[in-house]
Amino acid sequence: MSSFAGESQRFTKQMISKRNSPERIADQGFFWLTLVMAASVALLLIWIGLQIFTAAFPAISTYGLGFLTSTTWNPVSNVYGLLPQIYGTLVSALVALLIAVPLGVGVAVFLSEDFIPYTLRDAISMGIELIAAIPSVVLGLWGIFVFVPFMRPFYTFLNSTLGWIPLFAGSPRGFSLLTLSLVLSVMIMPIIISISRGTLNQLPPELRLGAMALGATRWETILRVLIPAGLSGIIGSVMLALGRAMGETMVAAMLVGNANRLSASLLDPGSTIASLIASQFAEAGRVQVQVLMYAGLVLMFMTLVINIVAEMIIKKFQNIE
Amino acid sequence: MLFSKLVSRRASLVSISLATAVTIAACGGGTTDGEVPSATEPAAGGGSGEAVALTGAGASFPAPLYQRWFDAYNREVDSNAQVSYQSVGSGAGLEQYIAGTVDFGASDAPIQGDRLESFKAAYDDADPIQVPMAGGAVVLAYNLPDFTVEEEISLARETYCGIILGDITNWNDPAIAADNEGVEFPDLPITWAHRSDGSGTTFIFVNHVNEVCDGWEGGVGTSVDWPVGVGGQGNEGVAAQIQQNEGTIGYVEYAYAKLNEIPRASLENASGNFVYPDAEAASLAFEGVEVPEDFGLLVPDPSNADAYPIAGLTWILVYPEYENEATWETLKSILLWGLTDGQDITTELDYVPMPDSIVERVREVLDGVQVN
Repeated sequence: MSSFAGESQRFTKQMISKRNSPERIADQGFFWLTLVMAASVALLLIWIGLQIFTAAFPAISTYGLGFLTSTTWNPVSNVYGLLPQIYGTLVSALVALLIAVPLGVGVAVFLSEDFIPYTLRDAISMGIELIAAIPSVVLGLWGIFVFVPFMRPFYTFLNSTLGWIPLFAGSPRGFSLLTLSLVLSVMIMPIIISISRGTLNQLPPELRLGAMALGATRWETILRVLIPAGLSGIIGSVMLALGRAMGETMVAAMLVGNANRLSASLLDPGSTIASLIASQFAEAGRVQVQVLMYAGLVLMFMTLVINIVAEMIIKKFQNIE
Repeated sequence: MLFSKLVSRRASLVSISLATAVTIAACGGGTTDGEVPSATEPAAGGGSGEAVALTGAGASFPAPLYQRWFDAYNREVDSNAQVSYQSVGSGAGLEQYIAGTVDFGASDAPIQGDRLESFKAAYDDADPIQVPMAGGAVVLAYNLPDFTVEEEISLARETYCGIILGDITNWNDPAIAADNEGVEFPDLPITWAHRSDGSGTTFIFVNHVNEVCDGWEGGVGTSVDWPVGVGGQGNEGVAAQIQQNEGTIGYVEYAYAKLNEIPRASLENASGNFVYPDAEAASLAFEGVEVPEDFGLLVPDPSNADAYPIAGLTWILVYPEYENEATWETLKSILLWGLTDGQDITTELDYVPMPDSIVERVREVLDGVQVN
């Protein structure tokens, strides 16, 4: 805010002291144009938030905070609780991150080192970006017809050997939080890879040369120097991926099994907030629509909190540098 | 000679671009009243009069039928009539209908409750006009090892109610064996598969369950709280649950089950007969039934002795008054065409056509719509 004021003051001073050449007018015009653009984005966000809040308000006043902790979802008798969906959203996104972060960072390191020639690297990274371009509904259908039947023996194995852990209990049927997490990890990996790779590529070459000159092996250079130096970018990519995973709708609706109950097992069908909204909105009655708006608001809030935490983490690591 | 050639070529052009328009509208969902994708504009001059663009929104259950109707009408009857139908779901369709942003709405459940009230409030206490366009059946599809489409199984009312309520949990249950004498059933746990998204199919199904199953507490709605089972997104989701898991049974739309050749069960109807689901048996469900004044006909348990027990209607909602005469006349002739000449398409797509008695009454009601 203060920098904006300073900027415009500077411009005002210049306006007084210098005559109006066309160049200056264009310059000033450009400043105001970009200002309007920036402001309109913020306004749009506020406007959408307000609209959702207004639409959700009747549900908020009826169901209150108890909505977040109860587990029944019964549109016929208008009893609603969002806890299974909140749980499903967080768990599926976290498991997806657990899979995608090591893989994604690993691929990013591989692609930013000189293990293989440039042309091959470019080919691989282009392939990765193509994964990001697959429409989520296609991934969902692929999940239903290819991935789930393919994974079923693995699930059965997991269940029969590790079934004593509550996480893998239940009867494995394919459509589950774990299936969703696996497909989500495929979807978010390109985000992690391309941003992390960009960060690693932009590190000053002196870092690498210095580490090597001190006698560090390549392994040590990567783990002790390059990754810590690029950590803010890597964490940024992870947070972006987390946001994507939590908000993913179509894949979630098609693969999570949409059971509105709370279960500790990853092999049981679950539900996420986004999948709930997608599958219920079209045929919803009036009260149900208000409740779904409330659920949307909860999801927005969760994403907001995660973004704030991400900002804080990134700032902290940047200070260390 | 040359002229007629020209016209026919133009007509085919119209149909192609209309098909595109319908697809675009179905995907985008953002089209509002009178707004037709510009691709149709040049072709629209092909017929004699002015092009009439109609917009509708609502149920997804009859969407394939409506889109075929509107396309065929445009091609065969009147190339000026361009209808885009957005299958956004009954709930969203009714909201658009009440808000007046479409020319007609479509719903799988009769308009009622607070939506009916707000329609009346918005239109000077006038009643919405809902007319049934087609019917559909809902079948119980299952997956048992070594059973094929031809080898049908039969389920009595207590039996399928028991499966839905979670009381019968294994295929070797004596109740199932009693319904199917001479058939060996494996020792296999039963999994119930249901729709997880809000759907007209669910509405038709639970409407029946609510009537015949003692102990059903879920009520009637487009999405309900199931006591047991797993959910699938859309017909394809439920079908995948069934086809990929032995021992699963669930409900899907008749047309979908038939198209994908999923085995489906014969069910016991109100007269105690076991009826295999097909379009003819489903249409008997509506025969000889007193149709209420507002066409809000629900047959949770048809009394006809040969009727398949789970069937329902789907409605189109028109306004009691239209401002533009061309709009209403076109819409009216399309709807009546669909109910009469369009019945070939209805049966081809495995929907249930409306009997003549209902068509006549629809005609009378549509004649009462005002234009000013």
